[in-house]
Amino acid sequence: MGEFKVHRVRFFDYMPTAIRAMAFNSRTERLALARADGALEIFNFADNYFQEKVIPGQDGRAVEALCWVGQRLFSAGLNGEITEYDLENLRPRYTVEAYGGPIWTISSNSQGTLLAVGCEDGTVKMFEILEERIQFQRNLDRQKGRIISLSWHPSGTLIAAGMMDMIRIFDAETGRATHRLLVERGVGASKSKEVVVWSIVFLSDHTIVSGDSAGKVQIWDGVTGTLVRTQLVTKWDVLALSVSNDESSLVAGTSEGTVVQFQFISSTVGQQDKEWVRTRTFKNHSHDVRALAHTETAVVSGGMDTQLVVRPLLDKVEKNTQESALRKMTLPHRSLVCCAKKAGLLLFQFPDHLELWRLGESDGHGKPGDSLPVKRKPEKLIQLKRKGEDHICCSALSPCGGWLAYSTVTSFRLYRLQNNNISITKVSKLPKDLRSAHQLCFSPDSSKLFASSSHSSVIVVALNQPECKYLHTLKPKSGESEQPVHLLFASEDGKWLATANTDCEIHVYNLDKLKLHCTVPVYSSCPTAIAIHPTTSNLVAVHADQQIFEFSLVQKEYTEWSRKLQKQGLHSLWLERDTPITHVAFNPQNPAHIILHDTFMFCIIDQSLPLPEAKTPFYNQMTLRSLPEPQRIIHSHAFKICKNFQHLMCVSLLEDHSLVVVERPLLNIMSQLPAPVRQKKFAT
Amino acid sequence: MVEHGDIRVVHRGGSKINFREPVITHDSRYLLCASGECVKVFSTSTEECIHDLRGHTGLVTGVLLKPSNHLQVYSCSADGTVRLWDYTDGILIKVQLDSCIVFAPVFAVSVIAVIILVWKAGHNLFQLVAVDLPQSGDQLVEARELSAVLSDVSSNPAAIVFGRGGEYIASANGLHLEVYFFKKQKSYRFSLKEDNKKGGKNTVTCVACHPKDDCIATGHEDGKIRLWRNFNHKKEYTYSTLHWHHSAVSSLCFTPEGTNLLSGGMESVLVQWRYNQESERDFLPRLGSAITHITVSPDGALFCTSHSDNKITIIQSCVKVSAVIQGLVKGESVRTDMMVDPRSKSLVLNGKPGHLQFYSLPRDKLLYNLDIVQQEYIHESGLEQFEVVKAAFDASGSWLATVEERKQKDAELELNLKLWAFDEQTQSFVLNTTISAPHEARITAMCFCHATDSQTTMLVSTSKDGHFKAWQLVSDRALYRKAEFGPSWSCDFVGAYHGLVPECCCFSADGSLLAVSFQEVVTVWSPASWELLTTLSQPPKAVRDLCFGRLSCSKYLLGTTANNLLCCWNLLTCSLEWSTSMDISLLLADPLTENMAAFCCQAGSTDLFVFKPSEPRPVFSQKAVCSGKVTRAVFAPREEMLESCEESSQWLNHSQLYFLTPDLPVFPDIVIFLPPPFKLVIDDSVAMTPFYLLLGKHRQQEDADPLSGLSAERRPLPQCSVAIKELLQTPAHVLPSTSFLCSMFVQSLLISETKHVEEEMESEKEEEDSEGEMESSTQRPEQASLGGQAAPALTKAQLRELKRVKKLDHSWFPGLLHS
Repeated sequence: MGEFKVHRVRFFDYMPTAIRAMAFNSRTERLALARADGALEIFNFADNYFQEKVIPGQDGRAVEALCWVGQRLFSAGLNGEITEYDLENLRPRYTVEAYGGPIWTISSNSQGTLLAVGCEDGTVKMFEILEERIQFQRNLDRQKGRIISLSWHPSGTLIAAGMMDMIRIFDAETGRATHRLLVERGVGASKSKEVVVWSIVFLSDHTIVSGDSAGKVQIWDGVTGTLVRTQLVTKWDVLALSVSNDESSLVAGTSEGTVVQFQFISSTVGQQDKEWVRTRTFKNHSHDVRALAHTETAVVSGGMDTQLVVRPLLDKVEKNTQESALRKMTLPHRSLVCCAKKAGLLLFQFPDHLELWRLGESDGHGKPGDSLPVKRKPEKLIQLKRKGEDHICCSALSPCGGWLAYSTVTSFRLYRLQNNNISITKVSKLPKDLRSAHQLCFSPDSSKLFASSSHSSVIVVALNQPECKYLHTLKPKSGESEQPVHLLFASEDGKWLATANTDCEIHVYNLDKLKLHCTVPVYSSCPTAIAIHPTTSNLVAVHADQQIFEFSLVQKEYTEWSRKLQKQGLHSLWLERDTPITHVAFNPQNPAHIILHDTFMFCIIDQSLPLPEAKTPFYNQMTLRSLPEPQRIIHSHAFKICKNFQHLMCVSLLEDHSLVVVERPLLNIMSQLPAPVRQKKFAT
Repeated sequence: MVEHGDIRVVHRGGSKINFREPVITHDSRYLLCASGECVKVFSTSTEECIHDLRGHTGLVTGVLLKPSNHLQVYSCSADGTVRLWDYTDGILIKVQLDSCIVFAPVFAVSVIAVIILVWKAGHNLFQLVAVDLPQSGDQLVEARELSAVLSDVSSNPAAIVFGRGGEYIASANGLHLEVYFFKKQKSYRFSLKEDNKKGGKNTVTCVACHPKDDCIATGHEDGKIRLWRNFNHKKEYTYSTLHWHHSAVSSLCFTPEGTNLLSGGMESVLVQWRYNQESERDFLPRLGSAITHITVSPDGALFCTSHSDNKITIIQSCVKVSAVIQGLVKGESVRTDMMVDPRSKSLVLNGKPGHLQFYSLPRDKLLYNLDIVQQEYIHESGLEQFEVVKAAFDASGSWLATVEERKQKDAELELNLKLWAFDEQTQSFVLNTTISAPHEARITAMCFCHATDSQTTMLVSTSKDGHFKAWQLVSDRALYRKAEFGPSWSCDFVGAYHGLVPECCCFSADGSLLAVSFQEVVTVWSPASWELLTTLSQPPKAVRDLCFGRLSCSKYLLGTTANNLLCCWNLLTCSLEWSTSMDISLLLADPLTENMAAFCCQAGSTDLFVFKPSEPRPVFSQKAVCSGKVTRAVFAPREEMLESCEESSQWLNHSQLYFLTPDLPVFPDIVIFLPPPFKLVIDDSVAMTPFYLLLGKHRQQEDADPLSGLSAERRPLPQCSVAIKELLQTPAHVLPSTSFLCSMFVQSLLISETKHVEEEMESEKEEEDSEGEMESSTQRPEQASLGGQAAPALTKAQLRELKRVKKLDHSWFPGLLHS
């Protein structure tokens, strides 16, 4: 496997923010997720839950609710605005002021023609969805008290609104309130407190299900306006409800971190009359479950503890398959760390600032496994606060450590760094084409900057001492994808630039000719990491479904090794991993080594060794170590996996052949969360 | 008179009443539960046992009400029969024989079939089979058609239950739940994971079905309750989990309307869950000991919980314990000897943890528990707590000595010797002296000096620490000047013998000698001077049991040794009188006669020898009294002496011998249940009372009748006995008032006078088969009256008719006369 001196970096205090809202589009199988800082993430559930797109947040934009209308995504927040997003350019398309105070909820009818928002001032405002924008249509009857939750009846004629202490049913056509359902307050001390109907669901059989701050899930008859059943689910709040498409199952998220499932089942076998029965309880969160989505096969939940949990329903999926495994997603599926290989610097990206660190040094020598004494401590050189309201969406550090660039949705900034006396100067004159970027990358000799821009194009900028100059815009053939480029890689020799976009296309450009060299055959799964080998010029691409491809740029075809790998298939344990590979690197000392990492492990693939058979033990590093030399050769296979470092944000090889490992233990993230609601534990 | 004077071994009581779940009748007045070889009928309001349904010859393994007739009940037994009873008057209606069944608790009864759990010895598995009940009038029916319903089921009947209206059956075995639908003949199987990461143990311990909805509740080893729904789908089944119990749920039960679910377990708390609103629950705590079964009366008014300490609690609407039916408490082991309280003549042994129980043998009822340890018992497994290990009464029953001990891991042994005085006012024992750490090691034996005339009471205890100590009641006024201090106990003498460990001790009947065995040496001491009088020894093995002879044999000292020798020393000559080789597990002396009983364990069963030390031949011997090794037995003095002239049963004239059957499986190859713990060796189970004389003589006559022919003056007796029998056997609470009965009783005794009257009236049938011969009986009057005078002239056929007439019930008639 080879031995490395490892810089174990634990000073990246990355902190994901709480999940506020979720919306699942069952047609495209995309989950939109809003975080407390206003950032939006799109997960592709059809492609191994890959975090496809991230729209950075903005100060003052707190998303309270999300809503898909076809392919269009709308959000509303407490700033009183409705925002539609441009998912191709990863930025808000426009915002509309609703003029009703803070908006608590947004919901569209099933026809996708109207958007209803519930406002603080007690109005339900209807917006007409037009081709390019939305237009205010009218107000429903104004109520006293804020509108917290809204749900359309699937026919589109009725709207149920959850308010303080009550639920109102409106006729969507006349705007009149037809029913007023009073929700009982909690008992005891909370009797004097208003009960908040946090979430409401209107089913096609006119049943209304509500979840409230008294911990009740109540089932109402929407025709007569009567209470059918009350289920006390928690001592605290029921914050979210979600129903499956066939309306046979309903989940409720509570402040205790539990998700309670209700099922619509007949009480006696073979009879038609069904009722809602509380069935399972899932406890996968330590904090409030703020957002829920009920997909066809799973319950997706997220909340204050920042994790996105996909809990498959075992009655809907095959047992003991990859699909039936519980998934927890905490760390982003893209790299927030940039490493200057030559200078030994690390750049950490936070939503509102950048941190530049110099790695520590050690001159000690020790046995493998020893921790060496630190001669010079790692040192934070620069903390760079962003300008403006928008959060940083991407950043890059040049390999020589002399240049630093970051971009927000609206602006792009480039800085010149002097390392010896630590100074930073902003490069003021920038080419005007370079206004914003989705992804940034410096060439290995730090002479060029590549910035992915709209329509899958890449802008090439030459960096010189006084100023920088626009060189070219690389574009794929016209008529191809409009999706943003999320991966950029410039080869070591400066000849090639590879780009990957969320339409799963990988383009390779020849930088000498500034022309498209070739396009790698499109694979169905999205690439999560790409790299070009420094000597053989083979492109290695790893996809969200964990497949690995090696593509020869010279011959413009898959290499022999890649074909062999595809023929034999990857080991099932490799395919069962649930986090994507986020980084690919090569070992210059041994050209046959490919270094990959995901959140839970890093792996060196030795292309010279045989591939593992389906039955061979996959994680065999420990057993190999105990074997004598000759047997070790027989048992060793190409995948060498190291799990010593956990919850990896970045693994990178420096020029002096030492390895930088940036860890962010999930336990540290958990410990920084606020205290959860108090719960009585048995025997405490 | 008695022709078959065989001494029989009779089950006397103390059987488990918590072995299977009891049944409450439809009117909620009676509670039926399987108890040993009979079914007991208790009144739910008075806690009294009304009568036993006797007839099974094996352990009764289940009781079930017949759904079509609320006054009838099925019972089944390990003897392979299913019996149908009329429980109100205890009449056996029908027996179903089934030869291949070994083990058969009843589960559910549809109109025509009983479904029972059987043990197929050949296949080594438990099976559920349906037995068709042929609709014939015969008493004894052989059921041949057995159709298997489910095979490979759990041996625990609580894990098998019938669903709504008997449409399906749910059976849990280990981690699997199987639901079988009768109509579709399809079964669904659901499995749970063995245990999850959080330490849950998912093994199913009990199952219950909702009476109206399709919902199955399963209780699990880790205390969870799962409610399964939608179980007619292979994949879309679903369950919700309730969790309150911290250890295994042992019983689950839905109320008849299905509004509540009751659960119970080790915690001794009855939990009531609202169906469909499971976050609301009610508790009934402090029920005394772990709940083993829960049943609900058909009207839902009464709950009934069986407990591990052989108790049934009847609870009214989950709030109030209204009645407690307590059987003999049998803890994990009986560590004290069986004793008879000289005052109450009740049996005393340890029962509830930390208690001594006083158990009335004639009534088969627990009188009371005496709290010895006086510490809160904590319901948690694996916790070492104080246990009563030794107890002894003095001769008059005014002093009781108890030893309690606790041995915790890595801790010193904690010992307490307590002496209790009988308080005449409260009629119970009051703690007089507590001696903590009376010895440094475990106490091996303890006995009181039995001399009735001696002024001072003395207690001797021997211990593993190599000493024996004599304790004496000190009433030194100088020491206790104040009046409130009564006399108390203190150590009088500490004896040892060459550092050997004393094993047992025994006082002679007059209290003048104390024998203490130190391994293979028996030392004889004089308690008055504490002088070592003599030593007797029988090497090479240690002495296990010591006993002085009584009355005329008081010069003998008997001992058993570990190498299977029974030795008899003559104390006058201080030499071995005789010895014999037998493996005696228990030797005990009858306090009222010279007799001694020895239980010998041989080849897996126990033989009993009763002998006098002075005579070479045993008075009585019986091979194979019971299987296993008898370790606890007692001679209980009779209240009235019996006058039996039979030589072999004379030894039972003064006292009765009770013994505790050992805990051994009934079936040699499988361990399923324990046998009832008590048997009585007695020549006749009926007590000697005036009624007995009346009835007993009659019975003997009946036996003698076919042989000896008829005699005219004896005729009236069997006739009147019908009325007497009825009077005696009807439960007291269903009898009419005494004034009403009195005249009836007297009338029935005056037979010869009323005889002519009875002939005029229509005889009422009480047996079905008598109907056919009604005419002939009405023709009979003249002949019968004639026969009264001229008996020898009657033919055999006439005699038979006469007998039949006399058997008819005429008791209603006197009542008619009065009105």
